[in-house]
Amino acid sequence: MAEVKSGEGGALTTTVDQAMEWARSNSLWPLTFGLACCAIEMMAIQASNLDISRFGSEIFRNSPRQSDLMIVSGTVTKKMAPRLRRIYDEMPYPKYVIAMGVCVIQGGPYHLGYSVVLGVDRVVPVDVYVPGCPPTPEALTYGIMLLQKKIRNEAER
Amino acid sequence: MVVEGEKIDQSKEWVELNIGPQHPSTHGVLRLRVKLDGETVKEVEPIIGYLHRNAEKLCEMDYYCDSLIYFDRMDYVGAMNMELGYLEAAEKVLGIPPPERAQWIRVIMAELNRIAAHLVWAGAFGLDLGMLTPFFYCFIEREKILRIFTAVSGSRQQTNYMSIGGVYQDIDDQIIYDIDQFTEEFPKKLEEIFNTFVKNDIFISRNKGVGILEPEVAIEYGVTGPMLRASGVEYDVRKAEPYLVYDKLNFDIPVSFKKDNLARFLVRFEEMRQSIRIIKQAIKKIPDGPYFNPKAKKSLMIRLRGEGEAYARTESSKGEFGVYIVADGSVKPYRVHVRSPAMRNLSVLPYLAKDVMIADLFSISGTTDLVFGEVDR
Repeated sequence: MAEVKSGEGGALTTTVDQAMEWARSNSLWPLTFGLACCAIEMMAIQASNLDISRFGSEIFRNSPRQSDLMIVSGTVTKKMAPRLRRIYDEMPYPKYVIAMGVCVIQGGPYHLGYSVVLGVDRVVPVDVYVPGCPPTPEALTYGIMLLQKKIRNEAER
Repeated sequence: MVVEGEKIDQSKEWVELNIGPQHPSTHGVLRLRVKLDGETVKEVEPIIGYLHRNAEKLCEMDYYCDSLIYFDRMDYVGAMNMELGYLEAAEKVLGIPPPERAQWIRVIMAELNRIAAHLVWAGAFGLDLGMLTPFFYCFIEREKILRIFTAVSGSRQQTNYMSIGGVYQDIDDQIIYDIDQFTEEFPKKLEEIFNTFVKNDIFISRNKGVGILEPEVAIEYGVTGPMLRASGVEYDVRKAEPYLVYDKLNFDIPVSFKKDNLARFLVRFEEMRQSIRIIKQAIKKIPDGPYFNPKAKKSLMIRLRGEGEAYARTESSKGEFGVYIVADGSVKPYRVHVRSPAMRNLSVLPYLAKDVMIADLFSISGTTDLVFGEVDR
């Protein structure tokens, strides 16, 4: 596939790739993975005022096997980190991760504590970081839009 | 009296089921180890600690005014109530009482947040039982409260609005008008939400007579809040030991004698109606004057020194929230301990969920109103 992506493979494959990524970016189904405070704001983007269905994230799936986006919303503790990794491993490819809130990005207000993982990117690879404590639902919506942009750009790369 | 109940026969082979920590009905990161006989739950063992963020320890490293942020994030759906609980204790230690106007503002905000917390609970409880519709209605109403919070504090959920010796900033006529509008409109909407639940036969039959909590057992376990009141014990810290200006306000404590899931549901909805009643009185009675104690000016805030020890209890949306502070004369507390109501309410789950069907386990754990920031701290 590498030579295809460099542009030598012809127009057809590139266009199919782009179409695939376009379809993929508009059907991101997140996993209900609420950990802490940010989970309530994550619920708020599903609710009526900021309906995330408009961007194709139609419904929050409860099973990791049916979802392709993990929104890590809330502090990841050392007890939770192995479980988080396992849930991530259970998700089918292609899968994406959004780190929501400063706790998930680098520990946040709890970074001095003994039980907090300093950033979820030590456990799983992260695609988009959404800072804030907690981020507003608008910020998370913007984060999801950025992720869609990133997925579309993957085909062009 | 025996609270534990008889132990199950360990020589038999039970089906062991692990639920959580990632599960849609566990309200966060609760993990349950369940032993089943067919579809009947024989034993439940809640395993907590997946959100332990050592908030109590971190309070010892921070100035009195800075520790507020950890309390905001304890019961994260009812941040104002948590701030209030901490400040009641911290102000006793520091000897800085809030002025009259600040006390009234605090009452208004705490009651608004009680409504918001109960709305989140109602929406999530609907999701537990497979009802999607009430969730949307609840969150529309909650957004209106959060808009008021954004106007006063700049933040939606973790407000950090109250501060030592008062509140962060005064509320103006526009905000009072907004709150007034909200109290006018909300009761009608609340009835709408209420009807989406109680006019559903499946909802009633799944909750009526399920999860009976006897009052003696509830007291034995230290259960407080709506759960205790739904068991027929008329106990509310706002009446039993009034703080702020609750003794000047006229409101009732909803009590139910049915002791089941439905009773807990009805008590919480009645509490929201009473909160509206409190807010309506408070915005009429709110006096003019300073909104913070001049001893706690922002420039002096980090030099505040406490002496002695204090315990304060307040009624949060989950129950009796107690904060115990030991001060050693320095600018930081020596020890902060939190008596979390949600953890006590969770501890009664093994008793409640004995010999019920596995589907009822989640309607029972839903009515205990768990928030894991507070259980694990």
